[in-house]
Amino acid sequence: MSLYNFGLEPLSCHAWNKDRTQIAISPNSNVVHIYQKSEKGWNKIHELTEHSGRITGIDWAPVSNRIVTCASDRNAYVWTLKEDAWKPTLVLVRINRAATCVKWSPQENKFALGSGAKLISVCYFEKENDWWLSKHIKKTICSTVLSLDWHPNNVLLAAGSADLHCRVFSAYIKDIEERPGPTPWGAKMPFGEMLLEHKDCGGWVHGISFSPSGDRLAWVSHNSSIGVADAPAGKEVTQLTVEHLPLLSVLFVSETEIVAAGHDCCPYQYSYKGPGNLQFVKKLDVPKQSSRSGTSAMQHFRNLDKKATTEEDQNELDTLHQNSITQLCIVEGPKSKVNKFSSVGLDGAMVVWDFKVGVKNNENTIFLVFSRHKKEILTASTATVSVIKQ
Amino acid sequence: MAKNTLSSRFRKVDIDEFDENKFVDEQEEAAELQGPDGAEPTHLIHQGDMMTAFHVALRNPPVNTKNAVVKERAQAIVLRVLTSFRSSEIETAVRSLDRNGVDLLMKYIYRGFEKPTENSSVILLQWHEKAFAVGGLGSIVRVLTARKTV
Repeated sequence: MSLYNFGLEPLSCHAWNKDRTQIAISPNSNVVHIYQKSEKGWNKIHELTEHSGRITGIDWAPVSNRIVTCASDRNAYVWTLKEDAWKPTLVLVRINRAATCVKWSPQENKFALGSGAKLISVCYFEKENDWWLSKHIKKTICSTVLSLDWHPNNVLLAAGSADLHCRVFSAYIKDIEERPGPTPWGAKMPFGEMLLEHKDCGGWVHGISFSPSGDRLAWVSHNSSIGVADAPAGKEVTQLTVEHLPLLSVLFVSETEIVAAGHDCCPYQYSYKGPGNLQFVKKLDVPKQSSRSGTSAMQHFRNLDKKATTEEDQNELDTLHQNSITQLCIVEGPKSKVNKFSSVGLDGAMVVWDFKVGVKNNENTIFLVFSRHKKEILTASTATVSVIKQ
Repeated sequence: MAKNTLSSRFRKVDIDEFDENKFVDEQEEAAELQGPDGAEPTHLIHQGDMMTAFHVALRNPPVNTKNAVVKERAQAIVLRVLTSFRSSEIETAVRSLDRNGVDLLMKYIYRGFEKPTENSSVILLQWHEKAFAVGGLGSIVRVLTARKTV
């Protein structure tokens, strides 16, 4: 895992380009910065400054190389790269409240925008008039839409909102695509049709994610719980309460493994193996075994004298992120077998995490045991046990 | 007649009730749980069987009713059971609960904090410490975000 700090401002959102050499971030302002990866870190190459309100969502379409941004100024822009500069195109989303989240569809011919106006705006490009049009989904949504995710079939859209419900809608636009085949979520899918409504997820639904096949839907809500709906199993919902602070973002990293992170500043892994079988697996941020135990007696008394405390300096959290994680994003690997994912947080840091399925312990922890008997040092890690002779 | 002597009854109308976009909380028509029966836990406390009294008191939490009387009664019963525990037994009692039980216990504890009496806060804090060790921050968050209070 690697950490890069983009400054002191919190990072509201981020998006990667196709080959992961560039990242678009917004430092809690109305500007989007695009950074290019170099050997020493990241260099800022572009600044996108069209919005007048704080940017709440960025998504980068990998194939068509377009960026969509949405902000609290009730606008969304689609940016295209022309001669090494990003040119914005206004999208008529027709909302009268701030936009909260935006996501390109898997085939990148449309995108969905959630807003505080209690509706979802699905926008597509109309070639005749050369502009972006939008269609609204309003059915039964009673409050701000907080999170969105597309199903792999490019038609179904999951939305989590502040009215404590999570729903799956059909966002089928007949002008630009063909009729989708039936899915475990339902067969008839006219635009705006609601295929699942789970009432009372316990709290505001901050994050939502479809599994790689689209058959399962996971969400995290503000009452510190994580839920999964299983379409083939009769849309049965399994919920698990979490002992930590509420989670803000959730991601399927394989068909059964889920990663979620939030106000506890640390990503956690959960495993879903079937209805009623949702379990916590492990914490993904294992703090390094630093030389905490190396305080001498002198150091100990010095601390007591100076600060009236026997503990060492506890100013930092022992997780990599020093503040809440706001968004998780896949970096490497296909959706069904993610190798790396990234997280950004309120501390201005972006961390890229390595993920391996089935590894029980962190392979980096190494225990040094000095064997007095044989004058050998035994080094054991969970992967290998080796003996180094003195 | 002068205009200012006309009826001002319109000023007493609550116009927010008539707002068509008003957020109406969907209340499930679940069975009304009337709260624990008062006699049984008291009887068990007198007998000295604290654990059973504890479990009985935590049965049937009045989460679905809006009836303040029922909730007050349930709160009083649970508080009585909690205060009659010895400090050393608190931990075993908390361990005997499942996840939902710990969340429910936390709800009662915070309800008890709202109206402190002579000794109740001390005992409740001890219970809080043990319940927190099992439930973690999540159980406290669930008390704060729960729509159905105990």
